[in-house]
Amino acid sequence: MSQAKAGGNAAFVEFSHVQKSYDGVSLVVKDLNLSIGKGEFLTMLGPSGSGKTTCLMMLAGFETATHGEIRLGGREINNIPPHKRGIGMVFQNYALFPHMTVGENLSFPLEVRGMDKAERETKVKRALDMVQMGNFINRRPAQLSGGQQQRIALARALVFDPELVLMDEPLGALDKQLREHMQFEIKGLHDRLGITVVYVTHDQGEALTMSDRVAVFNDGVIQQLDSPDELYERPKNSFVAQFIGENNKLPGTVEELDGHKCLVRLANGELIDATPVNVREKGQQTLVSIRPERVEFKPEMMPKGAHTIRAEVKDVIYMGDILRARLKVAGSDNFVMKMRNTISQTKLAPGETISIGWHPQDARALDPV
Amino acid sequence: MTDQTAPPGLGAESLTTADGRPLKAALHRAQARAKRRAFLLVLPLLAFVLLTFVIPIGIMLFRSLNNPDFVSYSDIDSGTEIPVMQNVQAWFAANPQGTEPDEAAYAALAADLVHLKEIKAQGSVGTRINYVLPGSRSLFTSSARDAAKLAPPYKEAVLALDEKWADPAVWQAMRSSAGTITGDFYILAADFERDDSGAIVRTAEKERIYLYLFWRTFFLSGLITLICLVLAFPIAHLLATLPLSKSNLLMILVLLPFWTSLLVRTTSWIVLLQQQGVVNDALVALGLIGTDGRLTMINNQTGTIVAMTHVLLPFMILPLYSVMRTIKPSYVRAARSLGATSWTAFRRVYLPQTLPGMGAGVLLVFILAVGYYITPALVGGADGQLISNMIAFHMSKANWSLAAAIATMLLFSVLILYWLYDRLIGIDNLKLG
Ligand SMILES: Nc1ncnc2c1ncn2[C@@H]1O[C@H](COP(=O)(O)OP(=O)(O)OP(=O)(O)O)[C@@H](O)[C@H]1O
Ligand SMILES: [Mg+2]
Repeated sequence: MSQAKAGGNAAFVEFSHVQKSYDGVSLVVKDLNLSIGKGEFLTMLGPSGSGKTTCLMMLAGFETATHGEIRLGGREINNIPPHKRGIGMVFQNYALFPHMTVGENLSFPLEVRGMDKAERETKVKRALDMVQMGNFINRRPAQLSGGQQQRIALARALVFDPELVLMDEPLGALDKQLREHMQFEIKGLHDRLGITVVYVTHDQGEALTMSDRVAVFNDGVIQQLDSPDELYERPKNSFVAQFIGENNKLPGTVEELDGHKCLVRLANGELIDATPVNVREKGQQTLVSIRPERVEFKPEMMPKGAHTIRAEVKDVIYMGDILRARLKVAGSDNFVMKMRNTISQTKLAPGETISIGWHPQDARALDPV
Repeated sequence: MTDQTAPPGLGAESLTTADGRPLKAALHRAQARAKRRAFLLVLPLLAFVLLTFVIPIGIMLFRSLNNPDFVSYSDIDSGTEIPVMQNVQAWFAANPQGTEPDEAAYAALAADLVHLKEIKAQGSVGTRINYVLPGSRSLFTSSARDAAKLAPPYKEAVLALDEKWADPAVWQAMRSSAGTITGDFYILAADFERDDSGAIVRTAEKERIYLYLFWRTFFLSGLITLICLVLAFPIAHLLATLPLSKSNLLMILVLLPFWTSLLVRTTSWIVLLQQQGVVNDALVALGLIGTDGRLTMINNQTGTIVAMTHVLLPFMILPLYSVMRTIKPSYVRAARSLGATSWTAFRRVYLPQTLPGMGAGVLLVFILAVGYYITPALVGGADGQLISNMIAFHMSKANWSLAAAIATMLLFSVLILYWLYDRLIGIDNLKLG
């Protein structure tokens, strides 16, 4: 696994060799090492049950680490109770106190800190204005829409000026449009306030658009920790390649291997170019992954000497900005190719046979699944 | 944000269905069938409630105000109502309150006593007067026995039979019982009585029992409710937070009392709490008390409190539990992450959210406790009796009107408390499940 480089800053949050088990039988988090720089927006992304919430809860202090150390600002916090950690948190279902008004919800963290009334009022007002909810101060949470509740939850987590804010799928309950809008707002707040954010989601689009770095979780292990573009373009293993974005998978065996290039023989005997990522030797089984938008079918678009293989067009779906062709390649017929919908774009017809190829660096030979 | 208006020409009033009928009428027609069916489905329950609840309460209210025993006698053999004491009543009608009984009055009384003897109604009439003036029953029965021998002048003759007939209190009691509708039983139930002149005065100090019993009933019920709340809160919390497998077992323990007879539960407390009982034996064995210092925990108020708390506890646990189960742990977590200690989080965030459950539980337990009868009767001794035991006592003495009057007062005091509760806390905040 790639060791985190914390964007040049000293690590602000650090997990070292953290393990967690709920039942004493299985590990939910297995040897987690992660350091997060100050001011960073880090997203934990992964399928359901992969241990994201557990990590967040350990950081917030609601779960104890079975083993390992968690540090915040250089200080070990394993034994510090949650209310002394000073971490802001946004829960998936907002957890706004239903018996308090919006204003009371926001002033709660300030009250328990013993702040006087005048100061509380200015801070609450400032936080509400920050999320454009200044007029809602006397409403109850039940009188707000989902998106409005979300904003209040956000304001409440920020009102006491924490340096670190944790968010567990905060947008999970919103519709797509509102979600995108809120992503934009959260990102804006992060940039403006300079806070450190640890964000949990299982929506990869959200992770890619918002984060400085993304930690892809699976089965209690960080599979890859990288910036969004690295993650998308250079996945380090098959799990990441499949989890992030759409991907074509071609299983085969390594035929030739030299440093930065390799040849892979597919099941039907055809040869393709690929970049070796985690294959070590000739004869090894591999899964080659290629993004649909990087597949070419016009010879002039392919580099010289690139291998091509035959493909039969099964159907072409019109999607507006792009055309999505489903091809039969090497015996399997769910190979996808995406073409820009331009005036001069070649129209493919179902049943047609074409030759496809790609730049070797776009095809990554990963571990077989 | 949206400022869409209805399409032009489609005001709410003018909406019609495709075939031109007004939308409202069409909707009403469409729903009428479903409503009829729903009504038919609840009809049996409605009849049941009417028969077993509304009508009995109505009868009780009527009974508390109506007692015709001094006016008519229902003869069981012939099944007819025979008017009684008509001459005396005629005299009462002719002479205002406070008139000294004269010869005419005694003549009327003598005639009525003879009539009573004939139809054997002297017991019933005597009992009726006895309610208002204790000790009067025998006056009627003994005088009626010899009434046939009475001859003018009636005043001397009647007084010769029994001196007590000269007592103005007797005449006052008869006068106030002379109607079928009477408030006398409420006067009695509130520890008041009529003096010789018919004015309502407080009963003698040592004969006042009902108001004190009312006060004790409400005090003990309040105390029991409080103890139940204190005991039930942690249990309900545990039930709501334990994993399902464990909470199911605990729930069975909570519900176990429901599956045991009330009588068995109450008598087992006798076994535990009596002077030679398990608890006292254990305390003696531990050396905490001496053999001669055994505690009296049964057949007194302590017994009533302990046994009733036990019996009523599930009624507090269940509504609390059902409310607590819906409080997500994320609320307390959120409070903690916002900087609250666990105590503050409990007090400011958890507790307020359990209020509907507490309200429901408190109301339920209190109202049940106020009307409780069998447990205090079995383990309450003399000072652990509640007002219901007094109601039962009067019912056993066939004094239906007084029992009904006390019961009605109990009903209305509970209704007043309920109203107060609604004003202070609000009945919509109640959550039973
Ligand atoms: N309180 C708990 N007791 C026992 N097991 C738990 C507990 N909480 C979580 N787990 C288990 O730990 C694993 C990881 O759970 P976690 O909630 O961290 O997943 P997640 O990545 O947040 O998933 P999701 O995307 O669905 O929220 C799961 O297999 C879950 O069953
Ligand atoms: Mg989760």
